Amino acid sequence: MTAPLDKIRNFSIIAHIDHGKSTLADRLIQHTGGLTAREMSEQVLDNMEIERERGITIKAQTVRLDYKGHVLNLMDTPGHVDFAYEVSRSLAACEGALLVVDAAQGVEAQTLANVYQSIEHDHEIIPVINKVDLPAAEPERVKQQIEDIIGISTEHAVLASAKSGLGIEAVLDAIVALIPPPKGDATAPLKAMLVDSWYDPYLGVVILVRVIDGSLRKGQEITFMAQGTKHLVDRVGCFRPKIEQLDALGPGEIGFITAQIKEVAQTNVGDTITDTKKPTTTALPGFKTVQPVVFCGLFPTDAADFEKLRDSLGKLRLNDASFSFETESSAALGFGFRCGFLGLLHLEIIQERLTREYDLDLITTAPSVVYKLLLRDGTSKELHNPADMPDPSTIELIEEPWIEATIFVPDEYLGSLLKLCQDRRGIQKNLTYVGGRAQIVYELPLNEVVFDFYDRLKSISRGYASFDYHQIGHREGDLVKMTIMVNSEVVDALSMIVHRDAAEARGRHMCERMKDLIPRHLFKIPVQAAIGGKVIARETIAAMRKDVTAKCYGGDISRKKKLLDKQKEGKKRMRQYGNVDIPQEAFIAALRMGDAN
Amino acid sequence: MNAPPDESLALYVHWPFCVSKCPYCDFNSHVRAHIDEPAWRDALLADLAAEHQVTGPRRVHSIFFGGGTPSLMAPATVGAILSAAARLWSVDEGCEITLEANPSSVEAARFAGFAAAGVNRVSLGLQALDDAALKVLGRPHDVATGLAALDVAQAHFPRVSFDLIYDRPGHTVAAWEAELTRALAFGTEHLSLYQLTIEAGTRFAVEHAAGRLRTPDAETSADLFDLTQAMTEAAGLPAYETSNHGLPSRHNLSYWTYADYVGVGPGAHGRRGGVATVRHRKPENWLAAMAAGDGIVETQALPPATRATEALLMGLRLTEGIDRAVFAQRTGVALADAVDGAAVARLADLGLIEDDAAGLRLTRAGRPLVNAVLREIA
Ligand SMILES: Nc1nc2c(ncn2[C@@H]2O[C@H](COP(=O)(O)OP(=O)(O)O)[C@@H](O)[C@H]2O)c(=O)[nH]1
Ligand SMILES: [Mg+2]
Repeated sequence: MTAPLDKIRNFSIIAHIDHGKSTLADRLIQHTGGLTAREMSEQVLDNMEIERERGITIKAQTVRLDYKGHVLNLMDTPGHVDFAYEVSRSLAACEGALLVVDAAQGVEAQTLANVYQSIEHDHEIIPVINKVDLPAAEPERVKQQIEDIIGISTEHAVLASAKSGLGIEAVLDAIVALIPPPKGDATAPLKAMLVDSWYDPYLGVVILVRVIDGSLRKGQEITFMAQGTKHLVDRVGCFRPKIEQLDALGPGEIGFITAQIKEVAQTNVGDTITDTKKPTTTALPGFKTVQPVVFCGLFPTDAADFEKLRDSLGKLRLNDASFSFETESSAALGFGFRCGFLGLLHLEIIQERLTREYDLDLITTAPSVVYKLLLRDGTSKELHNPADMPDPSTIELIEEPWIEATIFVPDEYLGSLLKLCQDRRGIQKNLTYVGGRAQIVYELPLNEVVFDFYDRLKSISRGYASFDYHQIGHREGDLVKMTIMVNSEVVDALSMIVHRDAAEARGRHMCERMKDLIPRHLFKIPVQAAIGGKVIARETIAAMRKDVTAKCYGGDISRKKKLLDKQKEGKKRMRQYGNVDIPQEAFIAALRMGDAN
Repeated sequence: MNAPPDESLALYVHWPFCVSKCPYCDFNSHVRAHIDEPAWRDALLADLAAEHQVTGPRRVHSIFFGGGTPSLMAPATVGAILSAAARLWSVDEGCEITLEANPSSVEAARFAGFAAAGVNRVSLGLQALDDAALKVLGRPHDVATGLAALDVAQAHFPRVSFDLIYDRPGHTVAAWEAELTRALAFGTEHLSLYQLTIEAGTRFAVEHAAGRLRTPDAETSADLFDLTQAMTEAAGLPAYETSNHGLPSRHNLSYWTYADYVGVGPGAHGRRGGVATVRHRKPENWLAAMAAGDGIVETQALPPATRATEALLMGLRLTEGIDRAVFAQRTGVALADAVDGAAVARLADLGLIEDDAAGLRLTRAGRPLVNAVLREIA
């Protein structure tokens, strides 16, 4: 028996970080009896260590709650532009959202970006003014803000304290009363959306689905319409948040299936699932395969870890089909992998998981986007790695990817933000005001964004700007390859492709940065940036003047020797270019450019 | 490969007690309300006898009382230890016998007694010629008291050295120049001039980490070091070791040339016959262990490669550097095999090191960089 449509409510929770999304979700689960108080570990939904630490959700999660004869499906969605497509699919699976706003903090940037997405999906939005237990809480002022800035009615807003449990019942009642039930046709052929998928060591690939029409049953043969593959469903169920197996999922329902699939790469988010024998005629709109847009090299610090890195990347990919990797070799860094990511956060997350969960020490090369080269001989080529740039004399033209970025920013930061976009070769498309906030639309070259645009945006606006983008294709650009030389030797890992006009500033900045990051040596070290053979910027690291232990008697030589051994160990972990030891941090820090302009 | 038994020994005696603990000091020093001196004396005597069991009959060319504050010992205790050493080994005629002393009036009053007991060299912990600086360093004496003690020392001992700590918080080139000029005028044959180092586990380390204690920047610190070299050279007391100037201490030379030395007392280290010895560090533990028969926590036969590294990192501190023949004899490894030849050649090109038939030594430019050089070549 599947749930009747009018008894189903599907909703997500939108909140700025730390406003209480996870705590509220926990409270809703607890209140509806999904877990006993004893079973509740704090924040049950954010499973991964990184998710908990950063307070972000990377994979969509759902929980089915039973409340007063209704089935409520809570969908927790990723909250970052890198995963914008996954977010949009998760939101597409819901009919409403709880907008959680901290009663003391008020509306903040991330709230905006997510709430607009939700509005676009035609959601019924219920404001939840959380943390009203705080002495600094100003629920009335925050309600007014929501009306003014976001422009939605707060008539049905619920005042709550996820911490104390106040208002939880009212939140649940509002969900039942206000969020519309899903529509669907139980008798039509199966049509379901593949919302997300992940690898589970016991179950294999678990697929999160939202059924639109028809039903999904154990033993059913299904087809992934975009992928064109067929599978036999061997489990159907939902999360409470513990797994509960069901006979079937009917229209409007959210749950999971397994179908003996080994890799998430075989499942595409947004794909339409249908019955192989009785297929639907129309696939769901909005499907796209996500392509990596940012590339970088990952090299093990210890060459002996190469195979371990390969295995670890393979394991991560089992669960994240959106990144790619292939072997790469570098003169100085040895063997490693060229990896593709959805964005910089995605890159950081993968890098962090490799370090933390797989205990690998890595060197990351400067991120790069995908350039299209048209060569003089009429052939064309895609460039993922600046190191592969052919001789400039053979290149007819280079095209780079552009994006359209939408940015919301409070008035007072608008000036600095426009300057940032301008400095990054942005083209202004639109500028409007929404209740004390400016909404600006810019076209920007992606390579200007991958470095540190997001960090700059946040620091300029003190975290109040929100940012979203989509790709708008490739355009010709006057691009050159810039190399960095340390002690006259090219550091291949730091090569980058830049716009000619920005090259000098970027080169100067890189040289200054390396000057700070490379410790003094026993000799003077020139650090240069060059285009072709021409040096465009130069810094010199002065020779070390003194490194001596003053006091060394009393006979405890073993201690001195230990110290020396430790220092030599540290030296081994650095990379040598032209007799210069470059610490690993230098490669990583070089990616965070600061204000390059 | 082990040092031949006919090579003479250096003897180190550790007295672990101090009146107060200085905030920069990470040595094995302890403050105790009551010290049963006869008990400690007997234990030290027993420790000496135990060492003699291992070394057998050897000549002794130097004896050093370090600490802690050995000048807090009664002269009779010092005398008893010296007599015991003379009974156990054959102590050279004119053997260098040094005692580290605090420049307080109480201790100066004992100098005659120490001299009568046989001490012929004193190393005085003056540390600064500036009252404010002495306060920062947590020293209980002031400059006037310190200089009075120096006078007494110069009257009683044929050989006198004193320590100064420079590169202190707020130290400037001008202030150090004035202070060192004054120090050089006292006419001692030897000076130990240490740059302040922030050692882990000290109160200074805590203050430093918290940003409350600021030491001079790298440039100033290098200027101060260079100034020290120039001024001591001009005064006829050039550095013969990184921080030591003038007429070398025979005892400390033993460490730097990797000769055999015996160390007794709490926390003392020894190197004899290719074996490293470490004694219980906490005084009471050492005392209890001695009562049970033996104060040693660890004896370790050092493989030649370890001995070579140790000899290298001690020897390069000396201005005259490492003697090829002595190195091979004392470590069992040829000097050329103990270093990375390519690195040595590179550093020679940079003018930091000299490598020739006699041995290996740092140049004037290389000496302030000894740690960095060692990282490259060791
Ligand atoms: N005082 C108070 N604190 C709350 C409340 N809800 C959440 N918090 C606290 O706010 C912090 C962030 O909550 P969390 O649920 O992790 O926020 P998220 O980042 O939106 O998932 C945590 O320390 C919670 O304990 C509330 O109603 N009152
Ligand atoms: Mg959270």
